[in-house]
This record gives sequence, C-alpha cells and structure tokens, in this order.
Amino acid sequence: MELSFYLVQLLNAIQYGFLLFLVASGLTLLFGIMGIINLAHGSFYMIGAYLAYGLTEMTGSLWLGILLGLPIALLVGYLVERFAISFLYKRDHLYQVLLTFALILIFNELQQILWGTDVHGVAIPAPLAGSIPLTENQSYPVYRLFISAVCIAIAGGMSWVIQKTRLGMMIRAGASNREMVQALGIDVNRLFALVFSLGVALAAFAGMLAAPVDSVYPGMGENVLIISFVVVVIGGTGSIKGAFIGAMLIGLVSTFGKVLLPEMASIMAYALMALILLWRPQGLFGRAH
Amino acid sequence: MAVTTRSLTLPAALLILVLFPLFGSSFYVGLLTRILILAIFAMSLDLLIGYTGLVSFGHAAFFGIGGYALAIAFQDATTIHLWQALPLSLAAALAALVVGWISIRTSGIYFIMITLAFGQMFFYYFFESPRYGGDDGIFLFFKPVLMIGTESILNLENENTFYYFALGCLVTGYLLLAMILRAPFGKVITAIKANEHRVRALGYSINRYKLVSFVIAGTLAGLAGFLEGAHSGYVNPSYMSWHSSGIAIAIAIVVLGGMGTLYGPIVGAFIVVLLQDFLPSLTEHWQLLFGGIVISVALFLPRGATSLLPRILSRRQTTRPDSPPPEDGPREPADG
Amino acid sequence: MADTILRTDHLSKSFGGLVAASNVSLDFERGQVHAVIGPNGAGKTTLINLLSGDLQPDDGSILFNGKHITHLPPDRISQLGIGRSYQKTNIFNEFSCYENCWVAAQSRLKTSMRFFRPASRLKTVRERAEKALELCGLSRRCDTRAAAMSYGEQRQLEIGMMLATEPELLLLDEPLAGMGSEESRRVIELLRRLAENHTLILIEHDMDAVFAIAEKLTVMVNGRVLETGTVEQIRNSRAVQDVYLGEEEADG
Repeated sequence: MELSFYLVQLLNAIQYGFLLFLVASGLTLLFGIMGIINLAHGSFYMIGAYLAYGLTEMTGSLWLGILLGLPIALLVGYLVERFAISFLYKRDHLYQVLLTFALILIFNELQQILWGTDVHGVAIPAPLAGSIPLTENQSYPVYRLFISAVCIAIAGGMSWVIQKTRLGMMIRAGASNREMVQALGIDVNRLFALVFSLGVALAAFAGMLAAPVDSVYPGMGENVLIISFVVVVIGGTGSIKGAFIGAMLIGLVSTFGKVLLPEMASIMAYALMALILLWRPQGLFGRAH
Repeated sequence: MAVTTRSLTLPAALLILVLFPLFGSSFYVGLLTRILILAIFAMSLDLLIGYTGLVSFGHAAFFGIGGYALAIAFQDATTIHLWQALPLSLAAALAALVVGWISIRTSGIYFIMITLAFGQMFFYYFFESPRYGGDDGIFLFFKPVLMIGTESILNLENENTFYYFALGCLVTGYLLLAMILRAPFGKVITAIKANEHRVRALGYSINRYKLVSFVIAGTLAGLAGFLEGAHSGYVNPSYMSWHSSGIAIAIAIVVLGGMGTLYGPIVGAFIVVLLQDFLPSLTEHWQLLFGGIVISVALFLPRGATSLLPRILSRRQTTRPDSPPPEDGPREPADG
Repeated sequence: MADTILRTDHLSKSFGGLVAASNVSLDFERGQVHAVIGPNGAGKTTLINLLSGDLQPDDGSILFNGKHITHLPPDRISQLGIGRSYQKTNIFNEFSCYENCWVAAQSRLKTSMRFFRPASRLKTVRERAEKALELCGLSRRCDTRAAAMSYGEQRQLEIGMMLATEPELLLLDEPLAGMGSEESRRVIELLRRLAENHTLILIEHDMDAVFAIAEKLTVMVNGRVLETGTVEQIRNSRAVQDVYLGEEEADG
C-alpha cells in the first residue's frame, strides 16, 4: 500500500483522537476535581449527536443546530449536576458507578421517547462537503479536516483557560489537590457545577461534530464512554495533557489496528491500557499515590 | 430477638424454594432457576465489592467464560456428562488468576478501569471470533446429565431437576462463602475492605488475600455462567457485556439486595429479575422506571432492601437499645 | 556495650522540592526509649514512615537487627517485629474494639490463608488479642464499636493493635496527641510499662512526657538531625535551645 493511504489513516486517527479528547477531557476533570466516576458522560455525547440531528432537521442548518444545541447541552449539564451528581460527591465509587449507570438507562430511554430507535444521518454542510484529492485515487474529506481544525482551536483555548485564567487556576488546584480548593475558600459548589456543565458541553459538542461523519444511533454513547475512560486512565486522572496524549494514542491504535490487524482491533486499545497500567499504575501523567 | 428471627427467616425461605416446584408452573420454575443462577453470580460479586472492597468491573467475563467453556467443549456433543462438564467452569478460575494478578496492583478508579478493560477484551474476543459464533454465540441442544454406567441419575433436561440442581449449587455456594468468611481468611478480607492501609501495616501481604478472593469469586461466577449456559441453551458475548445484562446489572443486584451480606444478593436477584419481567408490562419505556428505582434505592437505602427487614422486625417487637439496625451511610470515597 | 537494634544510614526523602528527611543517620539502642522531637515540619513523621516502610527512601539504608530492611514493604517490616501506631487514628471503625485487636493478633499466624475452621476457635490469637486489650486498658470496652469510642480510647486502641502484633520495636507517632490529662497520664504509664521489655521510638510534642520517659533524645529540624544525646545533654545544648526550645517558649 502506498504512502498516501497511510496518510489518510493518520489523518483519520488524529481526527478520532481529537473527538475522544473532547469527551475525555471533561471526564478526567470530573474525576480529578470532584472525584466522580461518571458513567453517564457518554450519554452527553449521544445527546449532542441527537441535538445536532434534531435541530438540523428543524432549522435546515448544522451550524444553527450546533449554535442552538450548545446552550441546551450546557443547561442539561447544569441540571444533571444539581439534581443528580451533586449527591454523589461524598459517596463511594461503587455508588457513583451505580447511580450514573441508572442515569444512562434514563437518558437512553428519553432518547428513544424523543427520537425513536432508527439510525439517522446528518448531512455535511455544503461548503465542507467536498474532498481534497491526495493522489489519483485517494482523497480526503474536507469535513474531517474541519473537525480536526476546530478541535485544535478548542484544545488551544482550553490550554489557555487552564494556564492563564482564574478559573484555570482553580481547576489546576482542584485536580492536584481536591481538599486544597475547599480550604482556599473557593465556592466549591459553583466550581463543580461550572466544570461539570463545561464537560457536558464539550462531550455534546464532540457528538455534534461527529454526527455528520458517524451515524446517529441509540446506544452510541456507551461505545464512546468506555473508550474515553480508557483514554482518561491511560493519561492519568485529572490530567488534561494526559487525556490529550491518551486520546491520540487510542486514535492511532484503533485506526491502524483496524487496517493492520482487523480481528484484533477492538482488543488492542484495552490491551494497550492494561500494559500502560502495568508499567505505571497511576497512568502516564497521574499522580502517584 | 432479631437474631432468632433472622435464623428462622433463612430456613423458611429455603423451605419455600424447595417446595416451589410442587406448586409453580414450569414457566415459573424456569424463571426461578434463572434467578437462582443470577443469585450465585451476584453473591460471587458481593464477595469482591461487599467483603473485600474490590469494585471489579470485569466480573462478567468470568461468568461468560464459564458458559463458553461448556459451550466450546460440547457444542457438537450429543450427551453432556455432568462430571466432565462441571470442572470446565474452572476455566474461569484460571482466567481470574491471570486477570486478578495484574489488576490488584492498581487501586481506586484504576482498578475499576483495568478490570473493565479485561472484561471488554474478553467480550470483543468472543464477539469478533467467527470460530465461536461471533455475535450469535454458541447454541447447545442438550443439557448435562449425570450417569452411572448407563443409568441416568440426574438429568437436567427436566426443568424441576435443573431447578433443584441450581438451588443445590446456590446453597453450597452460600455455605462455602459463609465458612470462608468466618475463617481467618474472611477476617482479613473484611479488614482489607475497612482499611486496607492499616491491614498492610499490621503485617499482611494484602495483595495475596485480594488475589485469592478474586479467584474464589471468579470461580463461583464461572459456575454461574456454566449453569446459565446449560439452562438457556446458548452462550453469547452479551454474557460479558458491561451494561444491559452484564456487570452493571450485577452491581445493581448486589446493592439493591444489600451488599456485605450473603443473602442480600439473593434477594437482589429476585427483585431485579422480577422488576425486569414485570416493568415492561407497564410501559414500553420501563428502563426509565428501572433507572429511577435504582437511583432511589442507592440514594435512600444504601444498604439495600434487606436492611429494611431488621427495621420492620424491630418495630414490631421491642427494640433492643444496644442493637440498632445496621444503617450508616456509605464510606467516604477511598482515595487509593 | 551499646546494642543497636535499628540503624539508619544517610536516610533521605524529599517530596517534589521539599526535603523531608536529609542524611538522617541514627542508632537506636535495644531496650531504650528514644524520643524524636522537633518543630512541626521537621520530618519526624516522615522518619517514622520511612522506618515502617510506608514511605520508600530516596537514598540511604535502614538496618534492623543487623539486616537490611530498606525498601521492604510495610507488611514485611511488621512481620520482622517492628510495630507502629499512627498520628491520625487509624483503626477499623466499624469493627468492635476486640475485633480490631483480633485482626492485629491474627497477623502473627504463619498464614491467614485458612478457609475452613472459624477464626474464633484459634486460642492463641484470642489470648494475644485479649492480652493486648488488657495492656492498653480497654478490656471493658471489648464489644464497643470502635467508631463509638471516645477519641482517647481510640488512641489507646491504636496502641493496643500494635501490641497485638507482639513487636520488639515500637514506633509511636504522637501517642498523646489530643488526649486529656487523665488519659495522657494513663498512656504514659502504659508506655513506661512497655519500656521494660520493648524498644520504643517515640515522637511526641508533650515535652513533660518526653522528659519523663525518654532516655535518649534526637532533635530534628528541617529534615536534619540537629543533635542526639541524653535528656541532660539536650537540655543543656545551646543549639537546641536556640532552634527548638526557644521557639517553643516564644509560642507559649
């Protein structure tokens, strides 16, 4: 196979890695700052995709759909934090797992009530619908490049927020030492609600961006959820940098796994995680206990 | 008082279970068999989460391996000899030894995630393996029989016989676990759940105890998977999935019933299976109700349904002031 | 003459940039009560954690009865005969007082990988647990849930659990912290009794108690050993007065 084929795969891997990063970054902060294992995080990815689908159908434009969908996702995140997650902060991991699992059931059922069980597609907006030819018979869709570009912008923005702003300072403090934030007299409840809502918005946004390339289907959240957890654990909980590296690693392993070792592809991501944890039980950038 | 009531409750429940096939239709005997098998699985999980403090998210893999071991070995056989088949559930013990040996080095969320990763690996291995039927799994057209010479003394084709066999397995499992928990080993694992760091400082090499507990639980889960495969006549990857029928439901069973007790998971299996059978008749969107119930119990009754029993009993009888119902909230998250 | 039970050689430990122990070389003599004192943040608890295996040193070595125990895990160190108590009460809250000591006593079985006979039938373990309870003065509280006991009693239980492992060397991290005067008096009495046939390494802020029972003192400041000597020597040391006792007076 020729070089351009691998280039296409590499671009796909990076694009997939970026989407995973959007989902995983919220998840890792949730755990790092609030100590919460949120199984329902994948549901927000699904909700994003369905919002994109539903609102695009209504307005006729994916852009309008995303624009309207984001505040809805933020609101959903805020409500879920207030009425469900905030009861879990002091709980054992076991109860967090159980309660957020129940949330998955509820979200899935609500999705079916609202949108049914059919598989849907979202059209790629016209200006981005084309492909860039690489060689005579290889080309690359513009929209996928667009996804990567948007994600780079978001990752850059996040890194700026975390390094330079007061919110970022609080997030960094919280991720490295949860008790310290509480001791510093920061309004923990507001910080948690904010971080959670932002995490939800990021996951939903990833779902919206992905809707035109993947189809929109029931249960899509669970697939993303587990692989995002793998990303978080590889990178080390609470570490945005770790989530980024982990997402790229998983993007590469799954994409090239599918090409080179199709029958083992699904196992490889998990095997990679097991190997990394054997080597560093706290993940690549996690704090040692 | 409460002690005598409880010591009567268990034999009474057992008696009802023993007598049930005399009255119940074969449909309900089949349903009850499913519940008993699930109870064995849930009990094995409780040994981990309720007694050892290991939240294993890969436990369903051992359930599945128990089933697959049976199905792979006997998929073309016309007679399944029980004495040949039953030891196959030990395949789960072997898998648990390997998975446990690697996983117990981690703790907290990392333990949850690495066990989940192993569970997913097994799931995808069978899901994508054409040799073992992939998504469809493997069908078994016969049920195990126990024969001496040509005389069949235990034929599981008979629904009632299977029921009693499953009940026998459950009771045996219960008694074995009760014995282990009263023995020195049990004291160590319950202490590990309470305060792992301190147990280590007292001179125990805790990882060995965790590993043995992990393997015992895995073996029992394998037995349950073996029974489920034999009973339903098919084994497929959904045995090992983490949601729908898999580990998350098993955790729900343990917590809804009451973790850290051996009877809790049995009660939980009844509650969950009956809910799953009954709720769909109320509404198409029954998962909404089921999710709501799980949330309410986990929030307001963290010790599970069985924690209600002593309360109800003590309300009716005179309460002993020095024995309050075992009701205290969950522990602080163990930052491992 | 001097019979060293425990020796540390250039022991060092830092957390990130913070040096918690630096070149700590100390000899602890068998049968003595050796107290380690120093202002907060001097690295006393770090030292205990290094000795008990809860922390691994960056550098240096530890010898117990002439054998290297550097980098051994806490359970192995406990099995060799070094017991420790914690500054922050570290017990099994939901267990009864007796069960706490039971688990501790059971650790001296050759193995607890025993699955068949009920634990309660093990006579040696029972006797050891009861003896420890009696020593720490909690015999009457046998069946009380540990979480339901008073703070002082929990501190006593902490010591009782350590005793139930029948150690030769006791590492005591502020056994009197947060105790009332009556409780303190009782624990000091207990420590004095233990000193008759054990070696004690003691961290304590209560100077009266330290001077009452310690035979040897080590003063630590900023992770370093400032001085080691008899109670008299330390009392008269200018360096110690400057750095430590002076500060103590300024505080009070």
